[in-house]
Amino acid sequence: MLTSLLDGLFDGISIGSVLLLAALGLAIVFGLMGVINMAHGELMMIGAYTTFVVQNAFKSFGQPWFGAYIFVALICAFFVTALLGLILEKGVIRHLYGRPLETLLATWGVSLILRQFVRSVSWVMVLGLGVFCVLYFGAMAILSRRPNVEKIRGWARTVLIPLSAGIAWSAGNMLGQTYQLAATKPWFGAQNVDVTAPGWLRKGIKLGTYQLPYVRLFILVLTIVCILGMYLFLQRSAWGLRIRAVTQNRSMSACLGIPTERVDALTFALGSGLAGVAGCAVSLLGSVGPNTGQNYIVDTFMVVVVGGVGKLVGSIVAAMAIGIANYMIGADALSPLVSWFPQLAAVLQFFANASMAKVLVFALIVTFLQFRPAGIFPQKGRMVDA
Amino acid sequence: MARGFGRREFLIMGSVASGSVLLKACTPGSQDSGSTDGGSPSGDTIKVGILHSLSGTMAISEKSVVDAEKLAIKEINAAGGVLGKQIEAITEDGQSDWDKFSEKAKKLIEQDKVVTVFGCWTSASRKAVKPVFESKDHMLWYPVQYEGQECSKNIFYTGAAPNQQIEPSVDWLLEEYKGKPFFLVGSDYVFPRTANTIIKAQLEAKGGKHVGEEYIQLGSTDVTPVIAKIQAALPEGGVIYNSLNGDTNVAFFKQLQGKGLGPDKYPSMSVSIAEEEVKAIGVEYLKDHYAAWNYFQTVDSPESKKFVEAFKKEYGEDRVVNDPMEASYIMVYLWKQAVEEAGTADDLEKVRAAAIGQEFAAPNGPVKVAGNHHISKTVRIGKIGEDGLFEIVNSTDGPVEPIAWNQFVKDTKGYACDWSDPNKGEKYKI
Repeated sequence: MLTSLLDGLFDGISIGSVLLLAALGLAIVFGLMGVINMAHGELMMIGAYTTFVVQNAFKSFGQPWFGAYIFVALICAFFVTALLGLILEKGVIRHLYGRPLETLLATWGVSLILRQFVRSVSWVMVLGLGVFCVLYFGAMAILSRRPNVEKIRGWARTVLIPLSAGIAWSAGNMLGQTYQLAATKPWFGAQNVDVTAPGWLRKGIKLGTYQLPYVRLFILVLTIVCILGMYLFLQRSAWGLRIRAVTQNRSMSACLGIPTERVDALTFALGSGLAGVAGCAVSLLGSVGPNTGQNYIVDTFMVVVVGGVGKLVGSIVAAMAIGIANYMIGADALSPLVSWFPQLAAVLQFFANASMAKVLVFALIVTFLQFRPAGIFPQKGRMVDA
Repeated sequence: MARGFGRREFLIMGSVASGSVLLKACTPGSQDSGSTDGGSPSGDTIKVGILHSLSGTMAISEKSVVDAEKLAIKEINAAGGVLGKQIEAITEDGQSDWDKFSEKAKKLIEQDKVVTVFGCWTSASRKAVKPVFESKDHMLWYPVQYEGQECSKNIFYTGAAPNQQIEPSVDWLLEEYKGKPFFLVGSDYVFPRTANTIIKAQLEAKGGKHVGEEYIQLGSTDVTPVIAKIQAALPEGGVIYNSLNGDTNVAFFKQLQGKGLGPDKYPSMSVSIAEEEVKAIGVEYLKDHYAAWNYFQTVDSPESKKFVEAFKKEYGEDRVVNDPMEASYIMVYLWKQAVEEAGTADDLEKVRAAAIGQEFAAPNGPVKVAGNHHISKTVRIGKIGEDGLFEIVNSTDGPVEPIAWNQFVKDTKGYACDWSDPNKGEKYKI
């Protein structure tokens, strides 16, 4: 009895820890910057694919090394997605600060693009994109040295974009025809790919008839490490101080000499990097496919909204609450506790399956938000300027 | 911070957009809707439609089926075509959206004037196009195992009926794991629910025991509560009958193993996991679990070897073939034979009549189109091995006759379907 209770509690917390890990990056980006990043799930997906690539690279090293690939993958996933986040911020989001609806639409578009990108990315495509970037940005860089750059920029773009696109496309096409399948075959394809947990993560701690999976413990520890790291970074480092300052009052910070644009970029990259770490973690639990991130995006938004915008502690509490509620209702762990009230037990049993549990949890969240619209821990005082 | 959107930007956007449209139109082999592939330059071809999801959730499975259909068409064309004419395939993307499927089916029939359509995977998409094919009295070939309880004059079903996959696998489990209780897990849509209704009726009829039934949303990975329920319902171990589809399988098997619930205590039988899926889920998690199909890549016959070889040659050494791909490959050949026997591709009444009774030496063994528009085929149980392929542990002696209306479920018991006799038709009392 005790072990089964412990096992249940552990299951609930472990669902919560996955949610929290996935939501952490979003909480920073949404909470601190007011940016609704619909592409967060896809950043997770990129992190998961990075894990897949690292894993394949480590396969050639043989057994003792293979077991350690996950740590390298975590670091790689963080940096790859952080870089991607940086590009995203510089290319798209920077232009949309203070316009939440546009950000929502733009990042949603980015999420669609990223999903299709991993489905169809092949050597031909990478080469084409590479050639295009080199030609276009190279030419623009050369042109920008001319004194009359402002005058010619317009027509330069009009000419250069189709020109470099044409050259890139024909180069890609030629490559495709020369090497046939080898070059045109997608790297990953629409098919899901397999991330294997290293052997030592695939077992668990025995507790009587139950077993606590190491994977879940690993994710739990990873979540704690990420939160601690985040906390220390925000509270103890110079850049953390700047981030908090910009969050509270952007124009005042700018007046005091804080480089707000760099702060924005850094914060977004950090949030994206955390998404990558989360992606690496969830690849150990489920599948890695173009839609991997989609499974988590709704839940993570729920965590951020319930927790209260801009509060990490709120996200922690909300993630645990939602995770445990999901488990308790879905696994029918509650109805025995209320057996003295048969009607209530019957209602709980009705909701006790994976799909219906979601419905009940959602209903509970809606009800909760009626009473505390700003979440568990609302911002006090001067608000986030978003 | 807002930036203006001037004429210049507009021009650039315009040129980029038109450029990309141009690029897309010129890219060879692009899977734009309405693209035509194969076929000879003149108008002297027979047009057939291919209607599958090339995008969306189902693209994962359906793309490989399209590959198999195109391979068959290519082979037939290389061998001289049908009635001396080349086959021209018109590919449409159903986008994993059931409304889209019926819209595209109409388009193929009315606009493109195809003589038949090869297509669909999910039961939902088939149910969506069924009224279209029936109202236009047209013809669809459907290649995937399904839940039965349907028998249309306008559809030929080359996948397994329940008595060619689900029922034999349950029988086998009852025999192999005598006395062990069953737990049914499935995705939450029509196929798993109907399949589980059949299984429950069958278990009741044969003295088996089922202790639980759980459905998980398609695409969801929240499997922890379900696993907890399995543990609670089957403390002494038992059989898991798994009709989960897609991604959920991955999460399910990974987490089963994490919890230490291996095939020794909880052997599972899957009906939606084939070679492609094993590759995606990971052999480490699936080793020693079972699946029931009519065809596995490991089937040891000259036809099977030829099929595997031809497929790998066309699409790459690392590709695998599976049951739905085999069924979609042979259905093109069955259609071709029917057209040749009827002597026409356009008179569908004649082609349908000629299709009944067609035989073909398929990779899974000899098959024959029955009067109920399903085909008789061999049933196999496979155990997943180290290499990701199936070790065949059980196989029927020969082809099993298809039964469209299930004989365990009360509503359909005693009914049959026969299109070879105009008086019998869709659902008649035996």
